[in-house]
Amino acid sequence: MVNTVTSQSPPAQQPLTSRDDVMTVLTTVMDPEVPVISVVDLGIIRDASVSRDGAQVRVRVVVTPTYSGCPAMREIEADIRSALLAAGATDVAVDTVYAPAWTTDWIGPEAREKLRAYGIAPPGRAEQGGLITLTRRRDPVACPFCGSSDTRLQSEFGSTACKAIHVCNSCRQPFDEFKAF
Amino acid sequence: MTAAVTVAAPRTTPIENPLFEYLVRLGDDRLVLGHRVSEWCGHGPILEEDIALSNIALDLVGHSASLLKLAGEVEGKGRDEDALAYFRDGTAYRNALLVELPNGDFGFTIVRQFLFDAYSVLLWDALAQCKHETLAAIAAKCLKEDKYHLRHSSSWVERLGDGTAESHTRVQTSLDELFRYTGELFEHDAVDDAVAVSHGIVVDHDAIQSRWHAMVSDVVSRATLTLPSNVAMRRGGRTGRHTEALGHMLAEMQIVARSHPGATW
Repeated sequence: MVNTVTSQSPPAQQPLTSRDDVMTVLTTVMDPEVPVISVVDLGIIRDASVSRDGAQVRVRVVVTPTYSGCPAMREIEADIRSALLAAGATDVAVDTVYAPAWTTDWIGPEAREKLRAYGIAPPGRAEQGGLITLTRRRDPVACPFCGSSDTRLQSEFGSTACKAIHVCNSCRQPFDEFKAF
Repeated sequence: MTAAVTVAAPRTTPIENPLFEYLVRLGDDRLVLGHRVSEWCGHGPILEEDIALSNIALDLVGHSASLLKLAGEVEGKGRDEDALAYFRDGTAYRNALLVELPNGDFGFTIVRQFLFDAYSVLLWDALAQCKHETLAAIAAKCLKEDKYHLRHSSSWVERLGDGTAESHTRVQTSLDELFRYTGELFEHDAVDDAVAVSHGIVVDHDAIQSRWHAMVSDVVSRATLTLPSNVAMRRGGRTGRHTEALGHMLAEMQIVARSHPGATW
């Protein structure tokens, strides 16, 4: 991706002046592994701010990691930086915070529907309290393809850190679940 | 398997920076175990398990990166998590001996993972309440992920223990071999005392050990296995006295970074 930003080429969008402008740009930055939901949908953007000083447009974005070991986090940071530079920022700082820890409960209803339409079962409610549940006591996950709840868990660990693998007994389709976390 | 513990002279110098030491212990446990588990990538018994172990390895290495990054900041000598991971020799590593042991068979790896996960979940639960804000935040984050790991490893222990005669024998042998390395996880020394006073990082290791013992006993009995008793515990990792296995592992882990310092890709 080319990110040449000069004072002669004003950004196509509105100039970045507020937090909302930054958030609008970030809604175009998609999760590299689940390209139907944005980093804003994902709930990992914890804060954003802009400070302007003459021609300097400094943007600060605060993100929280999904999973500690998720290799996509580095890609996401690079994508955030590229998108904001393309939107007119001259300087982008992406800071990481750990608290409060990310939860899939921050994924909104629209984003959940996008996941389902994409073939990924959206997350249920994240576990509250209870230190250790050695067995997974919860309802079967509905198949995103046929809607059946006659499904079985194949593995709690899937193609990415955030997904589990299930199989639908009705339509025989294996599918990913964005696991409640 | 024999674990040759080199005997070094007892520490005589005071600990220069207890918080750094404390964070490095936490970080090294997860870095070394994460690397060990990553050795299964491409060798898992079934595809799903290969993926699961690789996921767990990534989480553990991720946890260690957060902890060693913080350790580097606390130390204030310009070392980041990569410098600490790749440019320290074995004697500077502070992981418990349990995590550096070679993987053995799948049962051995799973039993070790289970013993560690159960400890780690209880430790994070305690540290999430500590007064050090960043460490508490990291602990809360790691706790969520380690719960998944524990559910996975404990379900495998149950399945293998209560499986075939072959799998039962193998995991029982692994449990007998590994149990002697668990005492070190709950040891409490001057570093723990110092961070409790200076930073409000207070962990009651005895309480954690008894909760751990109850949790482990429960799974072990459901798995029709027997917990070893009256075991002479091995120790040394927390003061840099390791088994010969660590050096071999680090040689492989560190070779690229040391051969090409500063390389990026």
